[in-house]
Amino acid sequence: MAVSHCLSWAATAFTAVLLFSFGSVAASHIEDQAEQFFRSGHTNNWAVLVCTSRFWFNYRHVANTLSVYRSVKRLGIPDSHIVLMLADDMACNPRNPKPATVFSHKNMELNVYGDDVEVDYRSYEVTVENFLRVLTGRIPPSTPRSKRLLSDDRSNILIYMTGHGGNGFLKFQDSEEITNIELADAFEQMWQKRRYNELLFIIDTCQGASMYERFYSPNIMALASSQVGEDSLSHQPDPAIGVHLMDRYTFYVLEFLEEINPASQTNMNDLFQVCPKSLCVSTPGHRTDLFQRDPKNVLITDFFGSVRKVEITTETINLQQDSEIMETSYKEDQMGEELMEPLKYAEQLPVAQIIHQKPKLKDWHPPGGFILGLWALIIMVFFKTYGIKHMKFIF
Amino acid sequence: MAAAMPLALFVLLLLGPSGWCLADPQRDSLREELVITPLPSGDVAATFQFRTRWDSELQREGVSHYRLFPKALGQLISKYSLRELHLSFTQGFWRTRYWGPPFLQAPSGAELWVWFQDTVTDVDKSWKELSNVLSGIFCASLNFIDSTNTVTPTASFKPLGLANDTDHYFLRYAVLPREVVCTENLTPWKKLLPCSSKAGLSVLLKADRLFHTSYHSQAVHIRPVCRNARCTSISWELRQTLSVVFDAFITGQGKKDWSLFRMFSRTLTEPCPLASESRVYVDITNYNQDNETLEVNPPPTTTYQDVILGTRKTYAIYDLLDTAMINNSRNLNIQLKWKRPPENGYIHYQPAQDRLQPHLLEMLIQLPANSVTKVSIQFERALLKWTEYTPDPNHGFYVSPSVLSALVPSMVAANPVDWEESPLFNSLFPVSDGSNYFVRLYTEPLLVNLPTPDFSMPYNVICLTCTVVAVCYGSFYNLLTRTFHIEEPRTGGLAKRLANLIRRIRGVPPL
Repeated sequence: MAVSHCLSWAATAFTAVLLFSFGSVAASHIEDQAEQFFRSGHTNNWAVLVCTSRFWFNYRHVANTLSVYRSVKRLGIPDSHIVLMLADDMACNPRNPKPATVFSHKNMELNVYGDDVEVDYRSYEVTVENFLRVLTGRIPPSTPRSKRLLSDDRSNILIYMTGHGGNGFLKFQDSEEITNIELADAFEQMWQKRRYNELLFIIDTCQGASMYERFYSPNIMALASSQVGEDSLSHQPDPAIGVHLMDRYTFYVLEFLEEINPASQTNMNDLFQVCPKSLCVSTPGHRTDLFQRDPKNVLITDFFGSVRKVEITTETINLQQDSEIMETSYKEDQMGEELMEPLKYAEQLPVAQIIHQKPKLKDWHPPGGFILGLWALIIMVFFKTYGIKHMKFIF
Repeated sequence: MAAAMPLALFVLLLLGPSGWCLADPQRDSLREELVITPLPSGDVAATFQFRTRWDSELQREGVSHYRLFPKALGQLISKYSLRELHLSFTQGFWRTRYWGPPFLQAPSGAELWVWFQDTVTDVDKSWKELSNVLSGIFCASLNFIDSTNTVTPTASFKPLGLANDTDHYFLRYAVLPREVVCTENLTPWKKLLPCSSKAGLSVLLKADRLFHTSYHSQAVHIRPVCRNARCTSISWELRQTLSVVFDAFITGQGKKDWSLFRMFSRTLTEPCPLASESRVYVDITNYNQDNETLEVNPPPTTTYQDVILGTRKTYAIYDLLDTAMINNSRNLNIQLKWKRPPENGYIHYQPAQDRLQPHLLEMLIQLPANSVTKVSIQFERALLKWTEYTPDPNHGFYVSPSVLSALVPSMVAANPVDWEESPLFNSLFPVSDGSNYFVRLYTEPLLVNLPTPDFSMPYNVICLTCTVVAVCYGSFYNLLTRTFHIEEPRTGGLAKRLANLIRRIRGVPPL
């Protein structure tokens, strides 16, 4: 009896201690939760970077896109999560005096093309249709994985577009345009299909603010390089290359991003201040009314960096030396398979065989409906002209 | 318990070695080689080949362990039942006339040809899907391959590997000439190599040097080969080749001294640890001759002689797996020097400025004996302003003759010239020594037919315009300003009509 009483007392004391500890843990949990409410709940990051201009004098648009690509890769998003669309090839263009390079600063200081670039959509593949298909996910089944945006409802997506634009549209390759309404509808489709958690849209074109005017889906933040009625200007030409290297807005954004590292706590308000009118000549704009969180709580790395699941271990792992690499199996397979006939290589130019090939019979197809209908019409007209009485004898 | 323990130990011991035996022995091997060929025009060609041979029958086994053979390509072979795959990306054109025959040439753009196994039922569908998958792997627009640019050759493109029968129904060939090759195609190609670009010969593959070339071609070839000399079973061979030609004037700045550092901005430090053979071959066919035009540094220890593409060639071998090669200095920088000064000693070219000065081209050439030297210049014909044409432009425009000033060795030494004593025909050119004589020759003038506009055009236009204006305006004017009267038909005999005709001619009113 005393033992059971003792046990029950111990049990209650134990549970009290447990509850107390749970309470303190719960209190810190609530604090954590409150803090997490202000943090984004994303688990992966994607980036869609689009350059829509063709031709050598639009070098700066390719340099813009590649500098954002470079920053995004440097801050941790891997190539498999980046969809890079470049409408023309500047690096290996015959007019490029330094092949395989795209520079962003004059005097060739920074090569944004680099040695490790993977362009997913290039040249003629950059069309409005392909862009919208990538965003909405309605892609033909044979599309390879690197060309798909496989985001889910916990993905933060960065979309960057640059090129020539106007009030309400963006020009693709000088032959078609995408309007702001189509873009807004595409984002709404993405929201309804739960393809993003939060979306950051940056556009560097003339009158870029018109492109985000029509958005109506939640959790979208947008930045543009100029207001409606203003032109976005280019930064500086390089006399050796002969064209303008970057646009002003993206140049200063690149400078800003070069200061960011994967652990930095800089927030979006700093990005909004990046290019004041004195430097950019145009007035950059932004739109945050659709975004749920306060921009000052949104980290730059929420969109430009990547969530990484890293497990740190302090064990040492020994790599084994590869022993006895040699051209094997000259002797091993002699024992087995003695009964098989030796195989041989094909003759590269068997003249006799080529000459005596039988021509393949073309498959006979019955005449198509159109031809049948045409002949029926001709026959009808003939019999109408010469009297219907003839038809009685035929049918 | 005590009896169970040794039993357990025994079982463990059994499982141990058999466990090791269950793991496949290493069945794939890598060989890498680089061939450097100095070309007759002073340029240098470098050809990389990385060959991975995998002793496995992909069709029969369910393969899931990939070691050296890249998984991306191995999965392609099993999924689409490929027998052979050849994919190349090329920028530029191999100039056989100046550079000699190539080892393996590829067309400009992207070329893909594939032999499928005879178990494939819908070849066109597999072909379309395969080109889409390859476009994702190599970051190229191969997804534009469809029935409009695919053919089934019947006479050529026989399989390069083992083949029982060749039913051409299983072959597909497509070329995309518009395809651009750049770093984004090189990056995934490099990632397929076992040592990537970290060790061995692949450290030399830097994009900014490889694309600054006259010719760049990278290719992937997969085919089945014989596993052993008796050829009773199949191995899969993957060859990745990359050929570049470095131009003497663009990359070499006119100097013809080449070294690995100058070409690739890197030197070789170590062989790929996964390679069973890692060698650099340098073509020194011109080295052993008496004139010794080419010098190779460091001097080679072994050479390889064979008849390659019809001619006998000698190659110096630098084996990276040979420890003595790398141990001397931590890196290997092979240098090629042309000992004799180049034949084109001096070239001066001054391009023309329109209506200011003409073209001037001067060249100092040393002509080898018993040879023919051709100098050719390309030009374009342009339209002049219409006032600059002569009255007879269809005759053509004259280009002044070229001048050849030559110092010709004399068969017999001549006496020094005495200006006053010797006859006048001997003292035209001052000659310093008697071993050669100076001669100046001229070619014929060139008559070039420039595109001539039609000078009769203004005359024809004026005539036509005046006619049209006269007919239209004149008719309208007549219609607007004249009044019309009805005329009675005149009756009368033939005589009266003749008389009226004569009166009309005279200007007298008719009868």
